[in-house]
Amino acid sequence: MTQQSTAEKLDQSRLNSTQDLLSLTESIRGRRDEKRPVIIVCHGTGCLANGSPNVAEALRQAIKEAGIAAKVVPQIKTTGCHGFCSRGPLVIMQPAGIFYQRVQPDDAQEIIQATLVEGRPVERLLYEDTKTGERIIHDYEIPFYKHQQRIVLKNIGKIDPTDIYDTIGAGGYLALAKVLSRMSPADVVSAIETSGLRGRGGAGFPTGRKWASAVAASKKRPGPVYVVVNGDEGDPGAFMDRTVMEGDPHAVLEGLIIGAYAVGSNQGFMYVRAEYPLAIKHLNIAIEQARELGLLGKNILGSGFDFDVEIARGAGAFVCGESTALFTSIEGRAGEPRPKYIRSVEEGLWGRPTVLNNVETWANVPLIIERGADWYKNIGVPHSTGTKVFSLVGKIANVGLVEVPMGIPLNRLIEEIGGGTPGAGRFKAVQTGGPSGGCLPYELGDVPVDFDSLTKAGSMMGSGGMIVMDEHDCVVDVARYFLRFLEEESCGKCLPCRLGLKAMLEFLNRFARGEGSLEDLAELENLAKAVQDGSLCALGGSAPNPVLTTIRYFRDEYEAHIKEKRCPAGVCKDLISYIIDPEKCTGCGACARSCPQGCITGEKKKPHNLDPAQCIRCGMCLDSCKFSAVVVR
Amino acid sequence: MSKNSIKEKNIIGFTINGQAVEAEEGWTVLETARYNGFHIPTLCYHEAIEPSGACRLCVVEVREGDWSKVVISCMYPVKEGIEILTDSPRVHNVRRWVLEMLLAECPASKEIQALAAEYGVSSSRFASVDKENQCMLCGLCVRVCNEIVGVNAISFASRGTSKEIATPYKVPSTACVACGSCVTVCPTGAMQARLDQVRGDISQRTGHGHAH
Repeated sequence: MTQQSTAEKLDQSRLNSTQDLLSLTESIRGRRDEKRPVIIVCHGTGCLANGSPNVAEALRQAIKEAGIAAKVVPQIKTTGCHGFCSRGPLVIMQPAGIFYQRVQPDDAQEIIQATLVEGRPVERLLYEDTKTGERIIHDYEIPFYKHQQRIVLKNIGKIDPTDIYDTIGAGGYLALAKVLSRMSPADVVSAIETSGLRGRGGAGFPTGRKWASAVAASKKRPGPVYVVVNGDEGDPGAFMDRTVMEGDPHAVLEGLIIGAYAVGSNQGFMYVRAEYPLAIKHLNIAIEQARELGLLGKNILGSGFDFDVEIARGAGAFVCGESTALFTSIEGRAGEPRPKYIRSVEEGLWGRPTVLNNVETWANVPLIIERGADWYKNIGVPHSTGTKVFSLVGKIANVGLVEVPMGIPLNRLIEEIGGGTPGAGRFKAVQTGGPSGGCLPYELGDVPVDFDSLTKAGSMMGSGGMIVMDEHDCVVDVARYFLRFLEEESCGKCLPCRLGLKAMLEFLNRFARGEGSLEDLAELENLAKAVQDGSLCALGGSAPNPVLTTIRYFRDEYEAHIKEKRCPAGVCKDLISYIIDPEKCTGCGACARSCPQGCITGEKKKPHNLDPAQCIRCGMCLDSCKFSAVVVR
Repeated sequence: MSKNSIKEKNIIGFTINGQAVEAEEGWTVLETARYNGFHIPTLCYHEAIEPSGACRLCVVEVREGDWSKVVISCMYPVKEGIEILTDSPRVHNVRRWVLEMLLAECPASKEIQALAAEYGVSSSRFASVDKENQCMLCGLCVRVCNEIVGVNAISFASRGTSKEIATPYKVPSTACVACGSCVTVCPTGAMQARLDQVRGDISQRTGHGHAH
């Protein structure tokens, strides 16, 4: 990716022992010049979309033009996502650690001149604290980063994910070396069990117990055992796993190799959705580089342990994130789940014992091995140890990716780290756990974010998507949105899911039109329970969660739709009307120009009129009015 | 286990609706229930074909200590000491909704109307897309064609609400041997009308005049 890293490439042949790896690590670290300026340009998907490659190119040009040809040429390094996506493109000047945000190519010259030549920060590009208005120089002082505990994400944003030497210099594969030189497979399983690590993909099953079951199953039925990475992250608004795969692919790979060693597997699969081309590219590069160095393939690090891995691309079905559907998809058949009365650790891929873990779970494994299970289990809370990565999206100031210790109260995550909802209001609700999770109200803000507390509140951890809503979001509409998504993604095999989600949607559509009765609301709850109980897999089984939690916590809002034919949030189109406040209207004509129906008329500089009979309630007039003269009733 | 095996078969004891029953290891709850004369409705189940768990009408509630769950009896393996309830309120709730939704899905199926009536469901609140439809996509036809006949002339196409039973490229299948097994196993009468679309004109294909 970067020319500099290629130039630095060590002429390294295959590593034949763990000692070889340790020597390589030492030599990479020894060659590092700690004083050499490094300009980090975030190349996560968010910043890429905001044009960060142009910024990197402009910085390269600016260095050339500034003629900084002294002893040390500044290095430009492109890294994975730093998490603060709403502020991208991000540029960080190391070793000083100066954090620039929303950088444009035009800023490059000034950055080089001020920071590198004159040694002072560019004030206007620094982060401004939303509360105090103070400019903050370093990323670790920004509230968004200050309250995080980044252990899984620790290398992301620091290393070049396409350069294995950069990863090794940062301590990559040291855990694998430890495992192969000093630990038996049983030691590894027991370390993971002691750590208390639970699956990050949603259900939170204890990882160590899963591994131990696979070992037991393979003893009963000798033959191949498989380890699989679930990288089929499909929740709307979730991008945790993508970031890990893109930004630190070797962490996932190292975890997988260690897991394979622990359960006696020689073949692994990474199931990644095809919608993540950058993640697939980086994983492929990582696999190739690891193979070249002898960290993957036959006789890994001279230990006698053989393991290789293949990437299987998902074709975009949400249901393929479900374990049994994922297996059938890898096997080359249509991704449909099967009942799990016999567990995957006994009969998984091709009917063989299989350990399937989520991307983030695998990425936690090297940390636990390297720093010890006791260190790990002291992070978080007793039954949910470690950290969790969340994506914060929706009506929240700091849209992005964060990593926090388990058990952090919901409102600390949203208010302190996320910066709260933009504008004056507080958040109304948070959808945790993706479309199959639940919608928790502001009043439950002190709920600790851990597996068991979220389940008790009717939601779930899920894979870690958090969608924040404010008073302009209608819960009936939100429930409809998630149901529509799941109805579209249902594989159609079992009736409660294929027909039940459609039927639930029919009830909600009635409410959104101001139709239906309170008996219908009670019946919707019964239907939701039938879908929960009757569905084959977790897609249908958890699909009613958004409906049930919104009814549980926002019943009055449902009743307002049904009894008063009113949508309190002003969203449901059949129940609202737009009017123009003649007191506030200046007659500028902006709304009339934006109206696709042409139903706003009036003379220049005089209050305008809106014809409700023609209005389609698209909201264009509301968005275009600078004087708050368009009102929703 | 072969009949001549001298080893005793492992007998598993549990209860169905409070009555003690015995099953051999490897039986499902549905097999045990039917063997003992308990009625559990099914649509996608056939003794000769591997179960798939699609229709969910055979749900039962299983209790083990203070743990309780709704499972499908056609695939749930028997286990010592479990309590099975074939018509608890939770089971009834799943069944009545599935039947009401099926009435709207397959308005033309007499079989489904009769089954729904048995459970007190006579009309549906949900919209019917196709008034002529009888197929509820249980997949018995696909499975019999694959497992028993072995020709794979039909399969599922598309996904979710647009899922359907189809031949490859939706043209008459040359793999079809016109055996009619799919028609025989179809629980709703839907396959009867479709057979001609699946097999096409056999006389054209074989060159032996009428195949019948």
